[in-house]
Amino acid sequence: MLGGYLGPTAIIAVMLVLAVRGGVLGTIVRASLLLTLPIAISVVLVSVFTRAGTTVLLQIGPFDATLEGVDFAGQTLVRLFAISLSIGLFVLTTDPRALVFDLERRGLSPRAAFVAVATIEAVPTLVERAAVIGESQRARGLDTEGSLRARLRGLLPLVGPVILGSLTDVEERSLALESRAFSRPGRRHLLWSMPDESWQRAVRWALGATLVLAIVARITGRL
Amino acid sequence: MLSLRGVGYRYAGYSTPVLHDIDLTLADGEIVGLVGANESGKSTLCLVTCGLAPGSIGGALTGGGLVIDGEPMAGKPLHEFSTRVGIGFQNPITQLSGVTGSVFEEVALGPMNLGLTQRDTVERTKEALATLGIEHLAEREPRRISGGQGQLVVIASLLAMRPPHLVLDEPTAQLDPEGTRLVGEALRGLAANGTALLVAEHKTDLLDGLCRRVIVLEEGRIVLDGPAGAVLEDERLIDWGVDLPARVRLARATAAAGIDPTMVSV
Repeated sequence: MLGGYLGPTAIIAVMLVLAVRGGVLGTIVRASLLLTLPIAISVVLVSVFTRAGTTVLLQIGPFDATLEGVDFAGQTLVRLFAISLSIGLFVLTTDPRALVFDLERRGLSPRAAFVAVATIEAVPTLVERAAVIGESQRARGLDTEGSLRARLRGLLPLVGPVILGSLTDVEERSLALESRAFSRPGRRHLLWSMPDESWQRAVRWALGATLVLAIVARITGRL
Repeated sequence: MLSLRGVGYRYAGYSTPVLHDIDLTLADGEIVGLVGANESGKSTLCLVTCGLAPGSIGGALTGGGLVIDGEPMAGKPLHEFSTRVGIGFQNPITQLSGVTGSVFEEVALGPMNLGLTQRDTVERTKEALATLGIEHLAEREPRRISGGQGQLVVIASLLAMRPPHLVLDEPTAQLDPEGTRLVGEALRGLAANGTALLVAEHKTDLLDGLCRRVIVLEEGRIVLDGPAGAVLEDERLIDWGVDLPARVRLARATAAAGIDPTMVSV
């Protein structure tokens, strides 16, 4: 029974240690709990009360809560938490620009790298633009507060200017980038490279090998 | 030297050209002002001068062509223009790449695109920042600097490409007086180092004293081209939708009031 908990729990422990080291423990635990909570509730309800089992813990109307159901829900929850902690740690401790430029250094095309970073970086710009347009629309009497209906009605006059304004910006930005040889074919030399020590490479290879072994073990029924 | 001879241009989807028979020469170290009312064709002429029209935005030349240092540029790939002639627009925000975390990286983006070595890129970037006196901004986040500083970063980004010609389309349109002054000083410095500049502007006060020559554009045609002092004092500027510089307005006002103009200075 404990076998199903061992792997995810080990991953959670490692992630928490790394989160402490990265100084993001509080943020990551809070974010992971919030993200997994809605799924966790449904998983617990469905698993505990509908999973067939021999050991009935309690009965609510026509539903039996079984020990097997609780065990399944527990295993699913630790897995979910391990996944959300891993993703959270990655997001919170990795600069997207650094990631993409490092991928470019490893062979990703400069254009693909640009598109990836520009997409990530466009979000705060769009949010800022939407805030400015929202303020100016409110100054002209647009009601964006109050009931859900009023908010939805107020959304339309914001979406149009945000999108159209962004498209205009894109046109000017593409011209400005052309003026800086963006369309030149071929590779480019990046200004910096990520520090990558031998022990880090060794850990990456070990993780990759572990992944392959885990997949093989699962397929062959040994895990 | 950059020159346009008998150039006409029309936008894609339009049958009528917006530029007609344009003759324009930019000599090394020369600052040429370009004035005209809105819709007179200034921005289009800027795009044609640096090859982005029709190269990037489409449309077609209806006559003539662009020649840079004696070499016709027709049919050349766009990235070849970038080391010959750079262009800056009025809004610094939309000209920043949006993918860099510091001003240094922003300025270095162009040289990197050229495939230069890391050493050359760093050297050019430092030089461009130093030329405009903005080394202190190197570590700042591009999105968090002021409009005037942003415009200087944009110009530095163009300088890092080391183009001998620069076209600036209303570079001070969104700047306060201090930002305008900074850009004006930077342009003077560039011209002193041999860069040829075409500056489209509504602010004739900036052009007055900055430019050697001024061109007036009206409905896509050059209607006046001459020494800055003479052009900016021309009576017809107002009819063409161009403001007279404060110096000229004041001189006229004092003359009309019968005041000795030597008693007044701007």
